[in-house]
Amino acid sequence: MARDPAIDTSPVVSDEVKYTTCYMCACRCGIKVHLKDGLVRYIEGNRNHPVNKGVICGKGSSGIMQHYSPARLRKPLKRVGPRGENAFVEIEWEEALSIATGWLKTIRETDPKKLAFFTGRDQSQSLTGWWATQFGTPNFAAHGGFCSVNMAAAGLYTIGGSFWEFGEPDWERSKYLMLFGVAEDHDSNPIKTGLGKMKGRGAKVVSVNPIRTGYSAVADEWLGIRPGTDGLFVMALIHELLHADKVDLDYLVRYTNAPWLVVQNPGGADHGLFARDASGAPLAWDVTKGAAVDARLPEIAPAVVGEFTLPDGRVAVPSFQLLADRYMAAEYAPDVVADRCGIPADTIRRIARELAEVAFEQQITLDVEWTDWAGRKHDKITGRPVAMHAMRGISAHSNGFHTCRAIHVLQVLLGSVEVPGGFRFKPPFPKPIPPGIKPAGKTYAPNTPLTGAPLGFPTGPEDLVLEADGTPIRIDKAYSWEAPLSSHGLMHMVITNAHNADPYPVDVLFMYMANMSWNSTMNTKGVMEMLTAKDEKTGEYKIPKIIYSDAYQSEMVAYADLILPDTTYLERWDCISLLDRPICEADGPADAIRQPVVEPDRDVRSFQSVILDIGARLGLPGMTNADGSPKFPGGYADYIVNHERTPGIGPLAGWRGAEGDQHGRGAVNKNQLQAYIDHQAFWHHELAPNQKFYKFANKDYLDFAVQMGFVGHADQIVIQLYSETMQKFKLAAQGHGAVQPPDHLRARVEASFDPLPVWYMPFEEAMVDTTTYPLHALTQRPMIMYHSWGSQNAWLRQILGRNRLYVAASKARELGVVDDDWVKVTSHNGEIKVQVKVMEGLNHDTVWTWNAIGKRSGAWNLAADAPEARQGFLLNHLISELLPRDAQGKRITNSDPITGQAAWFDLRVRIEKVKPGAEVSEPQFPTIPRLVGLEPAPTVNSYGASFHAKAPTERSPA
Amino acid sequence: MTALPKHPPAKRLGLAIDLDTCVGCHACATNCKEWNTGGISAPLTDVNAYQAEQRGVWFNRVFTYEVGGEGPQARTVHFPKNCLHCDNAACVTVCPTGASYKRSEDGIVLVDHDKCIGCKLCSWACPYGNREYDEHVGVMKKCTLCVDKIYNQNLPEPDRVPACVAACPSKARHFGDFADPNSTVSKLSRDRGGYDLAPETGYRPTSKYLPPRPGQRGGAAAPTAAEPLPAGTGRFLKWVDRVLTR
Repeated sequence: MARDPAIDTSPVVSDEVKYTTCYMCACRCGIKVHLKDGLVRYIEGNRNHPVNKGVICGKGSSGIMQHYSPARLRKPLKRVGPRGENAFVEIEWEEALSIATGWLKTIRETDPKKLAFFTGRDQSQSLTGWWATQFGTPNFAAHGGFCSVNMAAAGLYTIGGSFWEFGEPDWERSKYLMLFGVAEDHDSNPIKTGLGKMKGRGAKVVSVNPIRTGYSAVADEWLGIRPGTDGLFVMALIHELLHADKVDLDYLVRYTNAPWLVVQNPGGADHGLFARDASGAPLAWDVTKGAAVDARLPEIAPAVVGEFTLPDGRVAVPSFQLLADRYMAAEYAPDVVADRCGIPADTIRRIARELAEVAFEQQITLDVEWTDWAGRKHDKITGRPVAMHAMRGISAHSNGFHTCRAIHVLQVLLGSVEVPGGFRFKPPFPKPIPPGIKPAGKTYAPNTPLTGAPLGFPTGPEDLVLEADGTPIRIDKAYSWEAPLSSHGLMHMVITNAHNADPYPVDVLFMYMANMSWNSTMNTKGVMEMLTAKDEKTGEYKIPKIIYSDAYQSEMVAYADLILPDTTYLERWDCISLLDRPICEADGPADAIRQPVVEPDRDVRSFQSVILDIGARLGLPGMTNADGSPKFPGGYADYIVNHERTPGIGPLAGWRGAEGDQHGRGAVNKNQLQAYIDHQAFWHHELAPNQKFYKFANKDYLDFAVQMGFVGHADQIVIQLYSETMQKFKLAAQGHGAVQPPDHLRARVEASFDPLPVWYMPFEEAMVDTTTYPLHALTQRPMIMYHSWGSQNAWLRQILGRNRLYVAASKARELGVVDDDWVKVTSHNGEIKVQVKVMEGLNHDTVWTWNAIGKRSGAWNLAADAPEARQGFLLNHLISELLPRDAQGKRITNSDPITGQAAWFDLRVRIEKVKPGAEVSEPQFPTIPRLVGLEPAPTVNSYGASFHAKAPTERSPA
Repeated sequence: MTALPKHPPAKRLGLAIDLDTCVGCHACATNCKEWNTGGISAPLTDVNAYQAEQRGVWFNRVFTYEVGGEGPQARTVHFPKNCLHCDNAACVTVCPTGASYKRSEDGIVLVDHDKCIGCKLCSWACPYGNREYDEHVGVMKKCTLCVDKIYNQNLPEPDRVPACVAACPSKARHFGDFADPNSTVSKLSRDRGGYDLAPETGYRPTSKYLPPRPGQRGGAAAPTAAEPLPAGTGRFLKWVDRVLTR
């Protein structure tokens, strides 16, 4: 018998392995990059990294094709033709930087807010926000306003942390997981890993989502809820739990403001505010003393219901009574909400019962001694093993802030926040509620830095960023009465407002990693027109100058005047900083770096180094030495090591101090980056067992958090079920105080600012004729491409090269629509023509598609007839950034009225079958010509052949 | 035609793929692609990489099906598919040149590209569609179970698993020796009702699929909730006398 052929089963894999951090999405996993012959051979997950613990996803595994994409920009570019036509000349960096500096210098010397600096999918916001502060413009934000600010803000104003980056389910111990509106995106690998663990040990997973894909597909139970009604569903669960007395009152009095007394004085300026003593301390009613006492004291016996007379004669009730009163009302009964939610009342009751059963009958006890904030020792930790996670399906509605808050209230009533098996904070969270940073920008002046960071957390109308006459100061109208708590800004409004000179025109729009003329905007066609619109009198563009930085030829490139080409993620330094959006886990803080693992083969520079260079050329404080020389001549790497936000606190927490032996606080360590490289590009500190739970009330944790600079003091952080901040805005709308909303927003503010979560119909649904637009329309991000950079990727575009409109099978039967039919989809903002796919796992009244698969012809160096352009499509054309006209004829932002979160998922449409015609999606736009300097993309990709000596790359001659 | 090993291989390496936890993320597919395009089968050529009709060689592809009824009753199942390294591999026996073979030591089915004439008989013989023709090179390629990774002395021992298994975030893929009854894959297969894909073909796949668990869908309708309670503050009576301490 012939022997098996001899093969080399042990080839040399790589010459070198370098550790860095992935950037194929926002998850920021640790990766090991194998290099061979100067090329990237293989990218795998880093087993020791706290985020991904060795695994890597479909995107991360395709990093090679992202890095070598033929759409990479190669050199700085200056526009020479009309905007939008992609006519550029290549210029040297010196010229590019001189142009940018010249434009910006004039603005800074006259009116700094004429610079709108918005940085998209930026992972360096602690740098870019600081840069804006030093420049002196309040007009800064990244993409959070059109992403998930509802989740961040609702969490930070309620529990002191939030889903995803600031907290996570206890994947190791939870016995019951509820997912709300979670598609296949945030948080990528930890959710997949966690679901694997939970299902492996038989825990129950419930997914509440109109669409059954991905995680919903593997859930034990899928609830195909009607979009925008999750809040009602959650309030019905709360209704059931309260009626059944299945709430953790011991937890509520210890860790929340449930017993805090709320003044009852309807019509008064103090109605609904907390009763406080002379020192400002909130009061509770001690039932043993029969008196009002400082609600924060240990050992008191506070009432949670009852009506009490305060020493000054006013009447007050514990906030818990207001909460119970609201949700026990008949309007939240399962039978009342079931039809609207599309979930049977029996199912709602059963889920409530299951939650209560797991939380209270299957509690977990850890025999771990810990010390509470008051110094009292406890010998065990009690866990209520119900965990929850929520994301885009909650946040992208105009009622998303309240819905997210309702989910947090549900978690807190069950006693399942920051306990074993529940939802756990990731340090540096929890933070004070809300964090103590107010938005700067109320004062601004030429050649002057702002007094603080542009983004922060208002606690009352006095913190809004308004001119004395009430005019919004920010171009996106963040922190105005349209969006008072818009802690991530409203990037989706910048171009519209700048075009309309509302509240004023800007001179330079400076953007980074934001595809605003395509998939990162609402009303794509309209925005493209605004970017090219000219002032009739002057002939100038209404947005006079646009600077854009990106690594790739996205659709936005054609609309810029000056292009600053960025590196790929494998060519750059970065810090994943605790000052920014951290990558910590519940067991301890962590941060990380990116290091260049390959050198750029193009004339490109990292955006962060470029803005530090521009900052020095402008002489910005913090970026310039006293003699006028640049403070960080070594670019971003120099800044990462040597910048200190406050003494001892810098971008990276690990290996600080002259000897590199301090963590958290410490002097600058010149060798810090090498220390990270020596430790696989990340730093992680594991908390002691007695610090890991009840972090908001755990002395050993809070002391550690103070030492690390996470919080200013070790006081207990009290969960704010009842939000006094919300009530302050409501009171202003009711006519109290010096800062009040304009009349056209008064009713909206009064209704939407409620100290307890409320549900209201999403605005678009409430304003359009729902018989004309009977369907909800949503998008989801595919796991392989979320963050939209995938279509240029030779591998990923084979998995998903075009999208279709998914229609529920039951609805398709009603409409006589079958697979592959073409339909016209119409909203109040426009219409598109697309091809249909029918599916069972979909809410009857909902259609949806994959986000950001559709591309403009010619963009991303794809062939003009690529299916992404010819059959792919965007729903964005249908979504308006402005609501329909209101009763006063005004159009205001299509956003959550509290946070300004873009209300993508409020979209209402109708669909009609049409003749296929050319079998091309509509609208189509003129093909973007190939950018100067870019080679045509190859047709055959034989990447990898060079690593294998014997590999043939083409057919041998016959 | 080509013979299978005369004696059963000492080891029967394969995968146990858990359909209960596969979320359809394609990590297995793309990590396989990046390992293998530079590995023993290099390259896994892509044609029309940036044009219309894009296609290429993949050793692992993930499909999604809706099965078992309508609406909420149906299930969505993600179904990753790659070579099952059959005991009775017809793709080997049909090979006219001896290019396809099943290794006698571990049962892995491979193609010797030097001998392959690209006749595609093997792909016709494989009922699972798990052969991948590299149209640009003119030879047949297929899953090697990462034979150049699982034995690779240049890699740390824990990394010597197929790329798809190392990558899988939800741990839906397990690698091991089905000839060893005590291996993880053998145990998983026994415990979870691991099954052969299309057993009627008689090809006796080595790799097994673990079916979706039934799921905890809830059960009987809940009894009506709490009894009606009085309106007003009366409904709070149960909490009035509760003595709670901070």
